[in-house]
Amino acid sequence: MELKTKINAEDGKQNLVITREFDLPLELLFKAFTVPEIIEQWMGTKVLKLESKKHGSWQFETSDAKGNVVFKANGTIHEFSPNRKITRTFEMENAPFGVQLELLEFEKLTDDTSMINMHIIYESGALRDQMLKLPFAQGINMAHNRLEDIAKKLK
Amino acid sequence: MMNLRRDVFQAIADPTRRAILLLVATQAMTAGAIASNFDTARPTVSKHLQILTECELLKQEQSGREIHYHINAKKMKEVAEFIEPFRKIWDDRFNLLETVMKNYKSK
Repeated sequence: MELKTKINAEDGKQNLVITREFDLPLELLFKAFTVPEIIEQWMGTKVLKLESKKHGSWQFETSDAKGNVVFKANGTIHEFSPNRKITRTFEMENAPFGVQLELLEFEKLTDDTSMINMHIIYESGALRDQMLKLPFAQGINMAHNRLEDIAKKLK
Repeated sequence: MMNLRRDVFQAIADPTRRAILLLVATQAMTAGAIASNFDTARPTVSKHLQILTECELLKQEQSGREIHYHINAKKMKEVAEFIEPFRKIWDDRFNLLETVMKNYKSK
């Protein structure tokens, strides 16, 4: 199966581009980024605040099953052009990754299909690479922890 | 936030360690044979070998009285594809977005 979501991250650069085509009309795709209840469903995070307008700001928070906050992020919106473009910043709280600039461009392909082009710029190439490696490293860590759990039970 | 005891990326960030990996990729070698290719002191090379082994990029194999270092192809492949888990996260999110919006439309 062809990969629907593509990532272009060139070596030594401090940006990356995520592209994806959707079987959705442009208006519905754009709506998925502006209606808090919808964002909560596909991002799996709570939307504390979302002001979809120029000079607006946003705040997301994710808790685990026990109610502990495991992820908090916020940013401001610099451009909000319906069905066309959102320019915003993104910063994870209590994490050493700095602020990133996100340029989200929405495009109509046909009446029923559309695409998004997410251009993300990090403070440095090293920070970009750290963010990219995070899910990979967590995967390794989880595998490692599972092994440790198994080993403990064997004792 | 996260503390990896063995950071595979830190391991390959070092030029000497990358040179060791390239060297061992062609054939399994003993620590002595690997060290003879470098001007670096033998204990320094040993330290590099230890780090590479801890990261599972190298595997040790006993043959008679000697220990040979082999490349761990599986781990090397994982590193080459390190971007995949990041892509997968976004792919999963976007798949969900598509499903959520299709239901939204039919409501």
